Amino acid sequence: MDLLSFLQNDYFLQIATMTCINIVIVLGLNLITGVTGQLSLGHAAFMSLGAYSSALLALKLNMPFWVCVSFGTLFAGVMGALLGIPILRLRGDYLAIATLGFGEIVRVVILNTPFAGRALGLYAIPQYTTFIIALVAVIVGIIFMYRFENSMHGLALRSIREDEIAAEMMGVNIARYKILAFAIGSAFAGLGGSLYAHFLTYINPNDFGFMKSIEQLCMLVLGGMGSITGAAAGAIVLSTVPELLRFASEYRMVTYGVVLIVMMVFRPQGLFGKIRVNV
Amino acid sequence: MLEIIIKQLLNGLTVGSVYALIALGYTMVYGIIKLINFAHGDIYMVGAFLGLIAATVLVKNFVVVLVFAMMGSAILGVLVEKVAYKPLRNSSRISALISAIGASIIISNTVVLINGPQREAYPKLFPNITFTVGDISVSLLQMFIILVSIGLMYGLYYIVHNTKMGIAMRAVSQNLNAARLMGINPDKVISFTFAIGSSLAAAAGVLVGTYYTAIDPMMGLLFGLKAFVAAVLGGIGSIPGAMFGGIVLGLAEVLGVAFISPSFRDAIAFGILIFILIVKPTGLFGSTAKEKV
Repeated sequence: MDLLSFLQNDYFLQIATMTCINIVIVLGLNLITGVTGQLSLGHAAFMSLGAYSSALLALKLNMPFWVCVSFGTLFAGVMGALLGIPILRLRGDYLAIATLGFGEIVRVVILNTPFAGRALGLYAIPQYTTFIIALVAVIVGIIFMYRFENSMHGLALRSIREDEIAAEMMGVNIARYKILAFAIGSAFAGLGGSLYAHFLTYINPNDFGFMKSIEQLCMLVLGGMGSITGAAAGAIVLSTVPELLRFASEYRMVTYGVVLIVMMVFRPQGLFGKIRVNV
Repeated sequence: MLEIIIKQLLNGLTVGSVYALIALGYTMVYGIIKLINFAHGDIYMVGAFLGLIAATVLVKNFVVVLVFAMMGSAILGVLVEKVAYKPLRNSSRISALISAIGASIIISNTVVLINGPQREAYPKLFPNITFTVGDISVSLLQMFIILVSIGLMYGLYYIVHNTKMGIAMRAVSQNLNAARLMGINPDKVISFTFAIGSSLAAAAGVLVGTYYTAIDPMMGLLFGLKAFVAAVLGGIGSIPGAMFGGIVLGLAEVLGVAFISPSFRDAIAFGILIFILIVKPTGLFGSTAKEKV
């Protein structure tokens, strides 16, 4: 199949677009969990914040696409920073549980907000996202992450992952960098969420539940934490393989679980990861 | 007004004692191998389904149903530990966590494959008897749930404090390697812990099935997460903490539903979770409990 006919096939185009959106989101999670070592189990909540704020701007105020997406990204980023402040003191499992709780709270609050459509969700969201836009977001996202991770800031974040106390002794402002990581990582999730809302044209609070966060974490772990290539590869594999397994859709989820366990037992660093993150 | 409050307190106590039963499994496993056993909620769900099978295939007798479900889930719990957690005992925490999530997905979706995703009506194991004292009424079922939970918790307390295996459990939770040097076989102790925790979760599953009269393959996730909140609330790793946390969570949830809004039922549990984590991350019993299991 040549590229042109590939791009004209709706089914493949849809999978390709969703894959790009997932890459953007997992890049954000990689910054928080892979680079900084802060295990987050509530990443989908930021995706939902981006998706809802962006969709509401389009639906209620008829804002143009770029305004919606920018606002969705910014809003999720600010919320990420706000969450980052109270949970600064928490580490490891406790941090993971707190982010999990935050994710569930966001879901329940949206589920009970009248103007967000409650359990019905929002529908007839204008479809702005195309494959090309999603692809541009991926490219810009990767370039940004690459530059950021290899800057002084990236170094500081990695030092926090390796040894928080040692990093503090070397003069790294732990609090500021943790909040920064949460803010940028969440902004990426918000960007992905905005693109998602304007692609599927329908969103529902239950699309962004705990299992979604887990799915994103699995993409990151499968690809390899702390590696941009890994984050992208994991997102690609877990966005496309379930589609290929669709003929066996009944066994799809069970297979997914088996893959996770086998992967953890035999290659815990992921497909492309070089480091073994101990969080 | 007073009747309403007492009625709600009783409801809270009923739900809370079930949360406590599940929370015990989380807290014991965490105490011993520092792992959040994400499959625990699904083991509770399987327990409920095993109870359903026992009631339809064997006899509709509560004790038979309970024992069957508890034994079946204990075997499943040990199996999960052997397959998904044991090979990862020396790897990073996140690997073990992901593996646990994998186990959870496998269990719940296998039940979906066998049963289908729909809800199943639960057989009636109790006559509909309600006792009324003045304006306050208590159903036989509610009293029974609370009594069975207390009985099981007492049984656990007895095992942990008065048997050799209990001493071994406490030793392993203190220091796995030191316990090994003292001649304890940690693998055996860990298997035993999973068996006990899983059977308590199965009992909770049967009790919830009879209380809410319906079960479904996906009920393990949210209920399990909330029981986990109860474990954190009480101080994860502490057995009395899990019991206390479960009761407090059940009461808070029922009172929240009655006096704030029923639609925020799930947010209440997680709100408590974040509040506790920020104010006192070790939980209510966490720092003082020396005997962690």
